[in-house]
Amino acid sequence: MILLWLLVVVALGIPVLAFLGDGRRGRWIFMTINFAVFLLSLLAAWEFLRHGPLTALADELRMDALSLILVLLNGVIGLTTAWFSASYWQQEVEHHHFSKGRQRLYHAMFQSFLATMFLALLSNNMGILWVALEGATLSTVLLVSLQRSGESLEAAWKYFILCGVGLAMALFGTILLYFAAQPVLGDGAKALLWSALHQHASQLNGTVLTLAFVFVFVGYGTKVGFAPLNTWLPDAHAAGPSTVSAVLSGLLLNVALYAILRFKSLTDAASGTDFAAHLLLAFGLLSLLLAAFSMLRQHDVKRLFAYSSVEHMGLIAIAFGLGGPLAIFAGVLHMMGHSLAKSSVFFSVGRAVQEADSRELKDLRGILKLRPTLGWSLLLSILAIVGMPPGSLFLSEFLIVVASIQRAWFTTPLLLLGLGIAFAAIFPRLLHMLLGEPRTPQVLVRAGGFSPIFLQLFAVLLLGVWIPAALAGWMHNVVGILQ
Amino acid sequence: MRPFLDLFSLLSILKFLAAWMLLLSFALLAQRRLLSLIHLLAWQGITLALSTAMVAVLTGDRLLWVSATLTLSLKGLLIPFLLHRLLRRLQVRGDVEMSLNVASVQLLGIVLVIFAFALAAPLAGSLPAATHGMLGIALAAFLLAFLMMITRRKAISEVVGFLAMDNALFFGATSATLGMPLIVELGIALDALIAFLILGVFFFHIRESFESLDLHWLEHLRENQ
Repeated sequence: MILLWLLVVVALGIPVLAFLGDGRRGRWIFMTINFAVFLLSLLAAWEFLRHGPLTALADELRMDALSLILVLLNGVIGLTTAWFSASYWQQEVEHHHFSKGRQRLYHAMFQSFLATMFLALLSNNMGILWVALEGATLSTVLLVSLQRSGESLEAAWKYFILCGVGLAMALFGTILLYFAAQPVLGDGAKALLWSALHQHASQLNGTVLTLAFVFVFVGYGTKVGFAPLNTWLPDAHAAGPSTVSAVLSGLLLNVALYAILRFKSLTDAASGTDFAAHLLLAFGLLSLLLAAFSMLRQHDVKRLFAYSSVEHMGLIAIAFGLGGPLAIFAGVLHMMGHSLAKSSVFFSVGRAVQEADSRELKDLRGILKLRPTLGWSLLLSILAIVGMPPGSLFLSEFLIVVASIQRAWFTTPLLLLGLGIAFAAIFPRLLHMLLGEPRTPQVLVRAGGFSPIFLQLFAVLLLGVWIPAALAGWMHNVVGILQ
Repeated sequence: MRPFLDLFSLLSILKFLAAWMLLLSFALLAQRRLLSLIHLLAWQGITLALSTAMVAVLTGDRLLWVSATLTLSLKGLLIPFLLHRLLRRLQVRGDVEMSLNVASVQLLGIVLVIFAFALAAPLAGSLPAATHGMLGIALAAFLLAFLMMITRRKAISEVVGFLAMDNALFFGATSATLGMPLIVELGIALDALIAFLILGVFFFHIRESFESLDLHWLEHLRENQ
């Protein structure tokens, strides 16, 4: 029941914000709704603790440990984004003179993006999962093109076409899955339910599922941003508002990977081979290395961190590709750490960009002297994203390296190379941003919106030193689901 | 009660429609004029609706009639009509610029069809005998639409390619698997409609910003600019 309520509340926000989502009122409604959604996701976690996996609507909705962790993450980041957005968006409106209609569009599309994310995670039906991810693409296309400048239109068009084609492939994969499931589970909606498929996975036709997985992998992989399908990602991150970049990196990439993982567990059981794992491992390594090298030559701060998202998604893919309890645990931990840290990076960077009125790295300097609070939030969030101890990304990266030594030693040097280059690409720029000769601010920005950033960073720190027992239990459950 | 058509002839009609679908995909690939592209897309939508109706008769599944009606009204009529109106309002003229000439694109298309059938062949064993080859045709139409998308330069023809891809997928879903669950199909149709509407809005913005619907204006975002 709680699952249904969660979806209803998050979806009801869309029409409300579409009509009332402008000005001060809009920002408050946006925050209130997402606070309610956050509370509901906590409640769902409580129910899960008491009863185990939850289902609703005749198994159409289902929440197990894997979806629960991501639902909680969605709830937290949805709330902090709405919170940060309150001050950030006000500044954007004043700077770009967005009309009331445009403000409503921003809030409504943001809410519909969050709604599709929850639907994707809570749906047990692989077809509805596809519908939700397509819906997420459509809402974010409008968010990326919000400024209606040449650059943002181009980025949005590229995003739309690339991800549209990708999703079409994923749909073909889903059709193939249904096709394989029909002889076993019969016609009708039941044949696309993940739980039913998982139960009978060993009876499914392995060849069909392997082919389906290839399509799904390429399709959803476009959304995850696996190299070489990641060309939309830096553009879309750079062109949209920073809050949008934060949720694109923090939520969308994770949920797309979640879809691949759901398919992977079916394919593994049906085909009895490691094909899916090898695919994840190969594309993970490729993404990690390509993104790390691309980061070296970026001169736009948001593109730099967009590539860093590709790098981290590659790392997570490697973790799930390696398999085994340790690597899967590390992969889930890295998903959480990356989402929290990367969205705080984009929040801080968004603030800095607003003030300098430029995304060029050479224009962003001496922030620590000019704006101590902003400087600290930049420093801490970027240190978290490069994997400095005691943040949770350090722990998960360390565990992934250990798992790679155990399970596939030849990947270890490549892994370390990628991590090293990524560090080398970000760290000097961080010093320049913080300590360089200050540049006079171009736009007067009211300070604000730092509490969500520091709260998220605190969570990253906490996960690095102490994982709550309940969460650790769920993460061990995920190992069971994915193997 | 005697069925008004026996199983055999129903199946041959379905197979004929499948072949027609593939032929239309090739026609889309070769067509240079934007207006004719839209007409071909409408024909493809109508073929899709007919084949869904055939499957509905074959399987006796009532829900498939809903799907067929939806396909006819949405893909056969509404979307082509809206595209047509858009074309007139935007006053896009002239031929579609292609980055390759028609003959080589067609040859590439033939290679793709062979590839699609080779890919689908090992799967045919697990199909009900009725729909042998359908999966191959759906995959071929899908790849042809993809090829069309990447060889065109105008935003509108890219969208036609996108919609043709969608048609091919629907064809695969209805003919090879004899219908996806209705709720999923409804969701997919809804997404397609919204996607189309957003693209329509996009055309106006792109035209406003670049004064053209030519996509080479959209090539600024490159690395190392």
